[in-house]
Amino acid sequence: MAAAEILEILSPGALTSVQDLGRYGFGRFGVAPSGALDAFALRIANLLVGNRQDQACLESMLLGPRVRLLTDSVVAVTGGDLQPRRNGQPIQMWRSHVFKRDDILSFKSLLNGFRAYIAVAGGIGVPLVMDSKSTNLPSGFGGYHGRQLQKGDILSAESSCSDVTIAGRALNSAWVPQYSNHWTLRVIWGPQDDHFPNKSRDLFQSASYKMSPESDRTGIRLQGPVIQPKADIEESIISEGVVCGSIQIPGDGKPIIILGETVTGGYRKIATVISADLPLLGQIKPGDEIRFTAVSPKASLRALQAAEDLIRRFDQSLSG
Amino acid sequence: MGDRSLLVELGDEIGPAVNQSVQELFTGLDFQKPKGILELVPSYRSLLVICDPFILSLADLKLIIIEIHNNLDRSQLPEPRTAKIPVVYGGNYGPDLLEVAEYHHIAPEKVISYHTQPTYRVYMIGFTPGYPYLGELPDALSTPRRKTPRTLVPRGSVGIAQKQTGIYSVDSPGGWQIIGWTPIPLFDPQRNPPSLLVMGDRVEFYSITAEEADQWQPQRF
Repeated sequence: MAAAEILEILSPGALTSVQDLGRYGFGRFGVAPSGALDAFALRIANLLVGNRQDQACLESMLLGPRVRLLTDSVVAVTGGDLQPRRNGQPIQMWRSHVFKRDDILSFKSLLNGFRAYIAVAGGIGVPLVMDSKSTNLPSGFGGYHGRQLQKGDILSAESSCSDVTIAGRALNSAWVPQYSNHWTLRVIWGPQDDHFPNKSRDLFQSASYKMSPESDRTGIRLQGPVIQPKADIEESIISEGVVCGSIQIPGDGKPIIILGETVTGGYRKIATVISADLPLLGQIKPGDEIRFTAVSPKASLRALQAAEDLIRRFDQSLSG
Repeated sequence: MGDRSLLVELGDEIGPAVNQSVQELFTGLDFQKPKGILELVPSYRSLLVICDPFILSLADLKLIIIEIHNNLDRSQLPEPRTAKIPVVYGGNYGPDLLEVAEYHHIAPEKVISYHTQPTYRVYMIGFTPGYPYLGELPDALSTPRRKTPRTLVPRGSVGIAQKQTGIYSVDSPGGWQIIGWTPIPLFDPQRNPPSLLVMGDRVEFYSITAEEADQWQPQRF
């Protein structure tokens, strides 16, 4: 079936872009993964509207866009609660809804979390660039013409499938993440934790940090206690690969949590956020309090397994 | 590093021997393509391997890496390709050329002749898509980074910092001393591969005029 035009951007909000689960396999060329910062929210949003978990959605933050439906469809909003509206009337998050042609999806204001994910039945249709539909914003490729969305942009669906009986699907409220202003991120030490004295490692685990407003999709910058490396050690290390969740300590000693727009870095990394907690990185907002607690690799894998089990059980409940 | 990647360190210095070991392990793993590996990022002295821990555990990945490392056949590395990169030096194309010349108390022409002299090794691609870290710069040109990085360095700009030289592959912020500009595109997301250069390639620079740059026809080597 020919894919139809499905969304018109009436107002783009703060930063709205097309993202899927990211671009992998091109790191050797310096190409970062990009992709949804809260992959959990994106996967659930897709399932709610009958898509594959990895299809492209709109990622928005803080304000949320104002969008007109160009055809009847099913829409779900997940992630941070920006208070979605259909024609001005509140609709529930983490649930799919029927939208008629010319209906308007808008957002009131941020209630909790930071980033919302908007899924439409059929997925957002943009060309695959290096096997992904994600927008690489710093380098300007992928997604919709390599940029954030603007007023007047028209988006097509990847495939036309408006089975409105899908509407009404909802994530069990017990499984809906609760976002607060205080976060404890679980980390695994390393790879350069041995460049720091015990005193600094203790401080890293006991300190309370605040997310700086200078943060962006490249990294979450933290304000708070300065982490000193061992004496007589150079400020930077030889550049090497980094992952989403790497916690760098630059020369000023203020930690930076690397997000998905970087493949290499020249600052030492004291610890790495565990995979199960990576979706939270998309929901922390400037001013929020962040603490770190070290866990074992085993505990980390158990947490990841639990998160994956939840998604699998939800997926199975839909087909059952 | 974390719960789904290994950072394999093969030395602790910048040099061709260590970098070649990284390239060999990278090539070996890439050739064998064990199931579950999502990403390989080779750099100066280490190889980052990201995997899906439910398909390939880090313990098993470690065994595979040791196995490959112990059975490396140096002759398997491809003959390095050499890219000849034309550069317009100085003026608006290389706004820091004069400063670099002054820093070393040499004539700007001397900076150009030093920079075009070596055959550089591509130690790694990183920072931005397609950005090559090239070494080593002649000692006579080793220059510190700018005190205040520029917020926008145009793509194609050729920079130097300490013992390295590189080419800005996309418009980005940057702190290297910009001595020239090349009309050759280093990165094109629609191309396969998207990066002109890969780790292990060789690069030679040669000087062209601004008029020659204007007429440049993009081509690959």
